Amino acid sequence: MKIDIQGTLYEIPHIEITLLNALVYIRENINPSLKFGYNCKSGVCGSCAVRVNFQETLSCQYKVQDGDKIEPLLRHENVAGLLVDYKKAKQNLQKIQTWLHVRSEKVMGEACEELIEKQSDCILCSSCFSACPVLDVKQSFLGPFALTRAWRYVADVREEEKKSFIEKMQNDGIWDCTLCGECTVACPMGIDPKSDILHLRTKSMQAGFFDPTPQPSFEDDFGFNPNF
Amino acid sequence: MFDILIVGSGGAGLSAALEAKKQGAKVAVICQSAPTNAATCMAQGGFNGVIYDDEGDSPSLHVKDTMTSSSSLAIEKNVKDMCEGAKEDIFWLEDIGMPFSRKKDRIAQRKFGAASKDRTAYSQDYTGLKLLHTLYDNCLKEGIAFLDNSFVLELIVEEGTCKGVVLLDIQSGEIKAFESKSVVLATGGYAGIYHGFSTNGIESTGDGLALALKSSAILSDMEFVQFHPTSLKSSSVLVSESARGAGGFLLNQKGERFVEELMTRDEVSRAVFSQMKKNNSVFLDIRHLGSEFINKNLPQEKKLINIHEHIDPSEQLIPISPAAHYSMGGVDVDEDLQTNVQGLFAVGECSNVKVHGANRLGGNSLLEIVHFGRKVAKTSYMYAQKTSLHVELKSYEKKVKKEIDKLLQNEKSDTFFALREELGKELFEKAGIYRDEEGLKSLIHNIENIEARYNKLTISDTNMSYNTWLVSHLKFGNSLSVAKALSLCAIQREESRGAHYRDDFQKPANEALHSYVQMQNSALHVRFLK
Repeated sequence: MKIDIQGTLYEIPHIEITLLNALVYIRENINPSLKFGYNCKSGVCGSCAVRVNFQETLSCQYKVQDGDKIEPLLRHENVAGLLVDYKKAKQNLQKIQTWLHVRSEKVMGEACEELIEKQSDCILCSSCFSACPVLDVKQSFLGPFALTRAWRYVADVREEEKKSFIEKMQNDGIWDCTLCGECTVACPMGIDPKSDILHLRTKSMQAGFFDPTPQPSFEDDFGFNPNF
Repeated sequence: MFDILIVGSGGAGLSAALEAKKQGAKVAVICQSAPTNAATCMAQGGFNGVIYDDEGDSPSLHVKDTMTSSSSLAIEKNVKDMCEGAKEDIFWLEDIGMPFSRKKDRIAQRKFGAASKDRTAYSQDYTGLKLLHTLYDNCLKEGIAFLDNSFVLELIVEEGTCKGVVLLDIQSGEIKAFESKSVVLATGGYAGIYHGFSTNGIESTGDGLALALKSSAILSDMEFVQFHPTSLKSSSVLVSESARGAGGFLLNQKGERFVEELMTRDEVSRAVFSQMKKNNSVFLDIRHLGSEFINKNLPQEKKLINIHEHIDPSEQLIPISPAAHYSMGGVDVDEDLQTNVQGLFAVGECSNVKVHGANRLGGNSLLEIVHFGRKVAKTSYMYAQKTSLHVELKSYEKKVKKEIDKLLQNEKSDTFFALREELGKELFEKAGIYRDEEGLKSLIHNIENIEARYNKLTISDTNMSYNTWLVSHLKFGNSLSVAKALSLCAIQREESRGAHYRDDFQKPANEALHSYVQMQNSALHVRFLK
């Protein structure tokens, strides 16, 4: 079968293999300069995310089909072959400080642990960042995985410093998400960043913050005037 | 000038970095790609430790289980240090955000192979992933300096003292040298040299050990490689021991059980392999655990089994076979993680601090990397504070660049990939679960042959930026050194002990000796000592 990697067609055996094994086959038999990320082969290291037919996927978890079009992740700098630079995306982790700030005295029970179980499945593959259309109009948007990982800590019963933590996500953060859900579709771990962002919005309002986006009102006809 | 340069960003490296920063050391972590790509993320099962005093368990029981599994090759003092420190390590992780699974208000613990009590703490079957990311998040918090996309080519050793590293900046293609008062190797294990027959990631081929060998450091017990009995037959992807811990059975195609499932991994692997030698197929049966249990506790495995074997483990049998999984051997270190080379330390799977001996217990590896990772930060910083040095970095950069340039030739060249397949197959067949003199002799001869062919190869991709071919080629060279050391020690250990099983010497010798291998005058020398 034939697959298209960044415009070049490669012929590979018509057997059932993962895209990663197909890329390895091509590298070892056809083009040793083919560059792609890999390590664990089992979907946890986050290094092999690419786009297949315009959809983000981990190459080690996808069975390649005849005619598949393979491209690098979007919204990252494509540095070589299918490899991208993750630094800009990952800097957002430091911007909103996705870590436990101050250990509270509280004990984490079963229900509390289950609250953050899904969000702590994040493997930092950056698929969600690649899928997020907000980044096309606002480069400074914190992006889905930073916000999911922030929620993971905000919701952690052991985090004492919730308010100052939440404050950091008010700008370029939770209110800039359009709730399109592309991140949720892209996530190989079944995480729903859109839902995590909604949770953060609720927590923000409970903490006294609100959506800073100018809201339509009576004065400007709710932003709608067909005679303008 | 660094106080501590850590090579490797897995559980050991990051634990060391956090502790080093806390001590006030000037520290940086070098990693081959990105920090969270490390092999630690692949560990599924758990983290051993006696946490609660009222459950009938004790650190001394943990020590006893560990010593028994080690077939007298572990050092009790080091095992005690690790097992007694486990509670503090677990609560340290808890305090910095590790999301351990819970049983009511307590950290849940499950049973693992050859453990007398349930003492393996876990995070579903993503324990390694969540451990690594917890440590990484804390490294971001503490502002730990990372040198990403950097492949260490050489250790700088002058007058028997390690003074830094020379590395390839994969992004720019530049060769860069860094001086440091101490260097900590935390580069992971070498089970990945069994290419095609290993649960490990493609990159886990013992680079740190090759670096150590080149610098006259001693490696010990290299022949002890743990085979995990249950990897998915078609892909060698790991199926955690926790599946058996929860009550899973091993069956052949006739539906017969043939082994006590929770014996040590070497015993179970031999039993599975024996079935396969008789042309039986072997399966893992977890249907009786029920889909609710599987969904809650083994979500990762369920997903992987589905992708690689196209089955639902709550309804069907899982085809399995053993694969190389963990390396007990490594860079020989004392209880302070110091090697025989001044200023060079080693920790984690790349080291041998003699806590696993001839066979590692499931759950003791994650404990080892965190416990000794934190310890090496203290011991290496203590050493660094008494040290001052100066290195002519430019001369090292020039020398290494010349060596690399020799490899890059514009004319078309064969690649090393076929040699890597060959080496993997040879190792699995002849230095695998069952070994004998004839097989090992043939293996040693074939490794030399593969090496001779490897040394003739060049690389026709001369673009230095992101030259992944070059990096993989150099890594394979390192695998060859490791494979040689392993084979030489295996042939000279004429006994069966733990994971090392000789068909021609089926009993353990009277005395439990360690093997030591070191490069002397460009050749490997092996000794056996207590």
